[in-house]
Amino acid sequence: MDSAIHISYLIAAGLFVLSLKWMSAPATARRGVLAGEVGMLIAIVGTLLRHEVVNYEWILIAFFLGSAIGVPLAYLMPMTAVPQRTALSHAFGALASALVGTAEYYRETPHGFVIVALVIEMLLGFLTFTGSLMAFGKLQEILPGRPIVYRGQNLINLGLLGLAAGFGVALILRPEQTWMFPIFAGLSLLFGVMLIVPIGGADMPTVIALLNSYAGLSASAMGFALDNKLLIIAGALDGSSGFILSVIMCRAMNRSFTNVLFGAFGQVQASAAVAEERPVRSASAEEAAEMLESARLVIVVPGYGLAVAQAQHKLRELYDSLTRRAVDVRFAIHPVAGRMPGHMNVLLAEADIPYEKLFEMDDINGEFAQADVALVIGANDVTNPAARHDKSSPIYGMPILNVDLARTVMVIKRGMSPGFAGVENELYYMDKTLMLFGDAKQFLTSMVKELAALRA
Amino acid sequence: MPFDESLLFVFMLAAFLGFELVRRVSPLLHTPLMSLTNAISAIAVVGAILVAGSSGASALSRVLGFVAVTASTINVVSGFLITDRMLKMFKKRDKDRR
Repeated sequence: MDSAIHISYLIAAGLFVLSLKWMSAPATARRGVLAGEVGMLIAIVGTLLRHEVVNYEWILIAFFLGSAIGVPLAYLMPMTAVPQRTALSHAFGALASALVGTAEYYRETPHGFVIVALVIEMLLGFLTFTGSLMAFGKLQEILPGRPIVYRGQNLINLGLLGLAAGFGVALILRPEQTWMFPIFAGLSLLFGVMLIVPIGGADMPTVIALLNSYAGLSASAMGFALDNKLLIIAGALDGSSGFILSVIMCRAMNRSFTNVLFGAFGQVQASAAVAEERPVRSASAEEAAEMLESARLVIVVPGYGLAVAQAQHKLRELYDSLTRRAVDVRFAIHPVAGRMPGHMNVLLAEADIPYEKLFEMDDINGEFAQADVALVIGANDVTNPAARHDKSSPIYGMPILNVDLARTVMVIKRGMSPGFAGVENELYYMDKTLMLFGDAKQFLTSMVKELAALRA
Repeated sequence: MPFDESLLFVFMLAAFLGFELVRRVSPLLHTPLMSLTNAISAIAVVGAILVAGSSGASALSRVLGFVAVTASTINVVSGFLITDRMLKMFKKRDKDRR
């Protein structure tokens, strides 16, 4: 029987690896989900059949309760809220991990390497739990989204982490001193909160990915404590995935981990951005529509502002009507567009824009020079040419979309306010730039109308 | 229980494998990727079941295990379902449109 269970875990681990492999391309990705589901099912059934498991009532109730919460969470969440859902699920995963660790600790007061694994599992689990809840609160706008900073913040945070880790080490050395456990847990929980307090909206993609990594590593540590290789493998896959994604996000913003966690972006420069009034050129929807109609290649640069204005579907209409007129319309997606890695792609896919029209930064940057129009909607810092040449700019060195190389640049924007980084965008003052002032959704609507009128 | 260093080997190999697999995932799919790996790491449900259901479990273990099974089940169910929901939206050109 025992070997049958081990075989079931082996099969599940294999299916999880295949699941990630098939996730690499849209054509096979849904097969990947299926592989993951089957693997999970096999592992759960295998576990329920283990001879140690004798009480089923509570487990079944928990399955039912979890499904009752999980199904609506999956189907009712709008795609704009996927980052919040992800943060919440990191919180759940980390909570499960931390609680299992707690139960194991009180069950047998473990010694040796088991307690080492448990302490790592619980430290990561507790801090990821509260940290993810904080991230959820900020993304859901229950909590203020801007970074909250105060004097000595980094010192306090490092001190807290040091203290939590210190009690963790003490628990490893003296596991039977149970009075230390609540302090250890409390400090870890508190550190999770304080870690996210100084993080602003622009850094959320990195932080979500980082929390993803922590949640995975916590599950992996649980595998060490329980001597379960399936948990180690699944947790390691999740941990490395989250780590890679956060590195990609950091690179896309030209920042280091330490800078994201201790930097509190968006505070420093906000005051410096009181620029003099400079003239800009603006255009009406009619003029813009005419230019788009006569273009051969149009590259659209969408940012999160597009989703905030709920304008994805209007953009689709514009795409349709231009495509019908044989205009080549492509979309340039910066890695940090949206609130989590890949978020913008999902938002555009939801609006029925075919995915082969969505291009990553490195693939499309060479095309801007051939584009007749670059249409920027709700994106700001990722289009600022200052990142290429202005060494004094806080965003200097950040990889950007080379929008300024297009023949004409159009920017749909409510007003002249600066972006997340609080930096003036010199793109807006270029001679070839037309500012299209207005709400993204309304402006796109009138452009679609004007295009229809042009045809008549 | 003596330390079994083969666990570390398993961890190291799985982490390297994870790096190689995830590096190949198109940035197009990074959001569904994250919800998928999230669902997969909810395999922690295995540990939670053992805590909640084993014969000698104390009342504390049962309560903690119950919450842990619930939390992981939420992740398993919602993680796989929302990943699939997102992937369904990624369509090729217009002929695939409903």
